[in-house]
Amino acid sequence: MKQEKTSEGYCLGIESTADDFSVGITTFKGEVLANIIDAYVPPEGGIHPREAAQHHAEVASKVIEEALKKAGIKPKDLTVIAFSQGPGLGPCLRTGATVARALASYLHVPLVGVNHCIAHIEIGKLKTGASDPVTLYVSGGNTIIAAFDAGRYRVFGETLDIALGNCLDVFAREAGLKQKPGEPFGAVVEKLAKNGKQFVPLPYTVKGMDISFSGLLTAAIKALKEGGYRLEDLCYSLQETAFSMVVEVTERALAHTEKKEVLLTGGVAANKRLQEMVRSVAEEHNVKFCTVPSEYAIDNGAMIAWTGVLAFTHGLTTSIEESFVRLRWRLEEVEVPWVR
Amino acid sequence: MNLPVLIKKGAEAHLFLAEWHGRKVVLKKRLPKKYRTPILDRQIRTYRTIHEAQLIHEAKRAGVPTPTLFFVDVKNSIIVMELIEGKQLKQLFNEISDEYRKQLCRKVGELIGKLHKHGIVHGDLTTSNMIQAYDGKIYFVDFGLGEKTRELEAKGVDLHLMKRALQSTHYKFAEECFKSVIEGYSGVLDTETVKNVLDKVDEIERRGRYIVERSQRKT
Repeated sequence: MKQEKTSEGYCLGIESTADDFSVGITTFKGEVLANIIDAYVPPEGGIHPREAAQHHAEVASKVIEEALKKAGIKPKDLTVIAFSQGPGLGPCLRTGATVARALASYLHVPLVGVNHCIAHIEIGKLKTGASDPVTLYVSGGNTIIAAFDAGRYRVFGETLDIALGNCLDVFAREAGLKQKPGEPFGAVVEKLAKNGKQFVPLPYTVKGMDISFSGLLTAAIKALKEGGYRLEDLCYSLQETAFSMVVEVTERALAHTEKKEVLLTGGVAANKRLQEMVRSVAEEHNVKFCTVPSEYAIDNGAMIAWTGVLAFTHGLTTSIEESFVRLRWRLEEVEVPWVR
Repeated sequence: MNLPVLIKKGAEAHLFLAEWHGRKVVLKKRLPKKYRTPILDRQIRTYRTIHEAQLIHEAKRAGVPTPTLFFVDVKNSIIVMELIEGKQLKQLFNEISDEYRKQLCRKVGELIGKLHKHGIVHGDLTTSNMIQAYDGKIYFVDFGLGEKTRELEAKGVDLHLMKRALQSTHYKFAEECFKSVIEGYSGVLDTETVKNVLDKVDEIERRGRYIVERSQRKT
């Protein structure tokens, strides 16, 4: 990662696109000093945006304090404040943005609005040493295959409906699966899938470079309700089908771009079976497989802080007037002068 | 020359130049993927082999020249087809006059129109997937990403991909080429459909996904 005249400094990044409220602090050189994540756990069902936002507002000052303490710096030491400006859930984004604006105004330091998806790629590059990868970003809210091309990060393929993580979550809930505190549903499905023996055919939908999970989810739930299948077999088949779809598109993006690295990130990146599949494709194409450590693969503040540093050191800041949240902010819309 | 010879390595399939009953043919083989569980792998390769063979055939019925199918080996996911001897439009476009190129583009547009009219989208319209045979006819090859659909969106994406392919490989004359493609396309389909498809192309381009960097837009 090249950086223009590294002036010293600290960036505090706030991540609040969905259920996690997280604050990270990084130096301008890319050392992560703190990365505190406070997850909102709904009493039941999925994330209710308003309730998650309520949680974020409640824990914000505590998390910021904890991050500063962990980093061993004072608020006045901060050079710049970054926040996830989108894409994500409106109420959650707005809470994070409000906190960021208040901090920046109070400390008289610049504000940088960061694209959440780009932050995932940048922290992945920082933590794995990848320089120009094809990225497979799979989480509860996003499913994107992206790579840098013609001056920007480009989406080569993406989901046309729900995200991969969401597909696994909803299936787990429909199956009445229970999670231990802090354990994602994906991990529960993964555990069951390991004991799957029989493959149950489910719809496999790749349209050109895009993917659709909704038909797959419906069919899996239908098979579940109709009975006659072992839950382990359904989890196994659901995983195999869904993962094969994203891996196929990733492989095509690799063949097309001829990049030499593949980066796996997002909450679902923790899944060992998915890692194994992506590694297999990487080996076949003779490219480096980079998987992001879990703490930096899930939504986290450090990635926002680090991307804030990249933007800030390349002259990009966001005025308060322009700091409105962007619920559907696509990564191609973002200028990334730090990537060459 | 010892046949078969690998001529193209794709993400999904390999193309070989081979001999089949004394005739030079193209053999397309979909390869097993190690990352996929065997049953799913077989299912996908089987489906796609059959599907592609059907589309190649349907395209012919729509009046679009495609390679003749000689043999479909579903078990091994192999399609054996006629070798179209000629030149890819990708190469040809750089060797001919502006006027002739426009004429070929009009013909290409007409062929795309015929496909769409019959509910087929090609899915990967690039000038490397179009071959002018020595008899002058233009052949469409590689229907691996094609589908049978009457959806406006699919037609829009098809034309959009054609435009993008022209811009990336023939940026000097992409604009005039695409204009001629549309002329040919308009000659086959009714005015209303053409308008709807072109509106769709505009809409697709406005989606953030296809933002072109300003510095490149000049070309």
